[in-house]
Amino acid sequence: MTPKAAIRAEADRLFAAFQAAGAVPVDADILLPAETLLDLYGEDIRAKAYVTTDPVLGEMMLRPDFTVPVVQAHMAHGADPARYCYSGEVFRAQDHLGAQARESLQVGFEIFDRQAPERADAEVFALFGALLAGLNLRAVTGDIGILMAAVRGISASDKRKAALLRHIWRPQRFRALLDRFSGRAPMPAARAALLARLAGGAPADLIAAAGPLIGLREADEIAARAATLLEDAKAAPISALEAAMLYDLLQLQAPAPAALTHLRGIAVHLPAILPAVDRFAARLEALQSHGVAVVTLAFEASHGRTAMEYYDGFVFSFLHGEEVVASGGRYDALTAVLGQGRSIPAVGGIIRPHLVAALRGAA
Amino acid sequence: MVKIGVPSKGRLMEKTFEWFGARGLRMAKSGSDREYAGVVEGVAGVELVMLSASEVPRELAAGRIDLGVTGTDLVRDKLADWDRQVREVAALGFGQADLIIAVPAAWIDVDTLDDLDAAAAAFRARHGFRLRIATKYHRLVRDYLTAQGVADYQLIDSQGATEGTVKNLTAEAIADITSSGETLRANHLKVLSDAVILRSQAMLYQSALSTGPEVAALLAQIGLRP
Repeated sequence: MTPKAAIRAEADRLFAAFQAAGAVPVDADILLPAETLLDLYGEDIRAKAYVTTDPVLGEMMLRPDFTVPVVQAHMAHGADPARYCYSGEVFRAQDHLGAQARESLQVGFEIFDRQAPERADAEVFALFGALLAGLNLRAVTGDIGILMAAVRGISASDKRKAALLRHIWRPQRFRALLDRFSGRAPMPAARAALLARLAGGAPADLIAAAGPLIGLREADEIAARAATLLEDAKAAPISALEAAMLYDLLQLQAPAPAALTHLRGIAVHLPAILPAVDRFAARLEALQSHGVAVVTLAFEASHGRTAMEYYDGFVFSFLHGEEVVASGGRYDALTAVLGQGRSIPAVGGIIRPHLVAALRGAA
Repeated sequence: MVKIGVPSKGRLMEKTFEWFGARGLRMAKSGSDREYAGVVEGVAGVELVMLSASEVPRELAAGRIDLGVTGTDLVRDKLADWDRQVREVAALGFGQADLIIAVPAAWIDVDTLDDLDAAAAAFRARHGFRLRIATKYHRLVRDYLTAQGVADYQLIDSQGATEGTVKNLTAEAIADITSSGETLRANHLKVLSDAVILRSQAMLYQSALSTGPEVAALLAQIGLRP
């Protein structure tokens, strides 16, 4: 075990470096209202966070990460632009036997800035890279923004695109939807039978025949989805070419310059991704100007999709084997969700000082 | 001394007694009918511990009993990494029930998990909160829905009469154990056709902490692989 003093010293070093980069230290509560986190991350967070009950305030969670409290603090009374840093414990319940950290320090750095997002992306990544230099970590980058642009750009109904976008962060269900929308997977027998039943009468009659309507979900909601299903069954599949481009994009893994060339090739057939690809190119230039060796920088188009769902642009990790020593990315949409009508482009990340200290101790 | 935990009442207890009895281990309740104590005849050095079926997993994990009979649903829901804490010794061939997801029968647009997921998204947009699924099997249901990539739902705790929660407006759907489905139908619910979370049955378990030769000898004596 790494001595706590060594972990604390590493955290202090990182925290000081973030302040030297112009970040203002922020404090966040350890006890957070569960509702906000559950609404944002879904029920999955319940398995990962410690949940407790306050007699007055109801369900509370021990801080699973800093993102939500820091964004909330910024949206409530932040300067514009602003950059913040923080250092403190996060708590993760472990559903498996073993020695995974249940309580550990995180040190983070966040930039809220409307100007030149690619430069902010590059600055965060380069700063993290410099602070972790010498640890022999593998850096992996990705860009959820390109995936989202690709989905928005295919010729499919808005409802199909919305269904795909909703599941960007759940690769298995995304793939199942894409297989279905592109005609690669046959229609399941259960769906065919359902459609046949729905085509057999007016929704109101079918509902009445099925049984008394109980619960909060009302007849018009059921009828609306029944209509959507029938309409969707008539929709043409996503064209073979566009589908092929999407499948190709999902699997793309290459050093950044080769990835850029490949993406430009995909953009010939899926021009909607061009602006996102241009941003990727601009980010590479900015990274290079920060001294990052982009020629060998790993790019994986699907990187960050299984992280908790808030990254919607640049994403990155610094890995030691399977262990994530540091990670981060851009989360513009999250600021809109937590900002009650306001939003601001934001990028940042965290470093886990206990892993850094362990690596330094072993070296 | 080998300690065996068995369900303390009902059909599960009777069937368990029958199962062991057929293998030369005669179990019976001792004292009055209401007293939760039992005796074992036919084999020396075995102590019977009468427990609620839902407490058997915890007692096995803690090593306070060597062997225990309970449902696979309870072990897998209550124990993290269950297969590292207990070992399945023998399926007992009774207590079969499926952990399923059910929705109102009047939801003509919902038949599969895929439909439930889509309905949950629309429900949240319309009502402003995540679609509620009432259950007492939190770990099993959440792990299943996470693995299947379902979003926009929440689990509501229901320790009994779960089939009534939809009519009482405290949930939109339920996840519960059913064998015949009669209670579901009586409460105007139908089962999703592709979402069997677990096929549960009564099982004899051994605690991972129980490694003594007495247990192996007992298992061999009743014809089971130690």
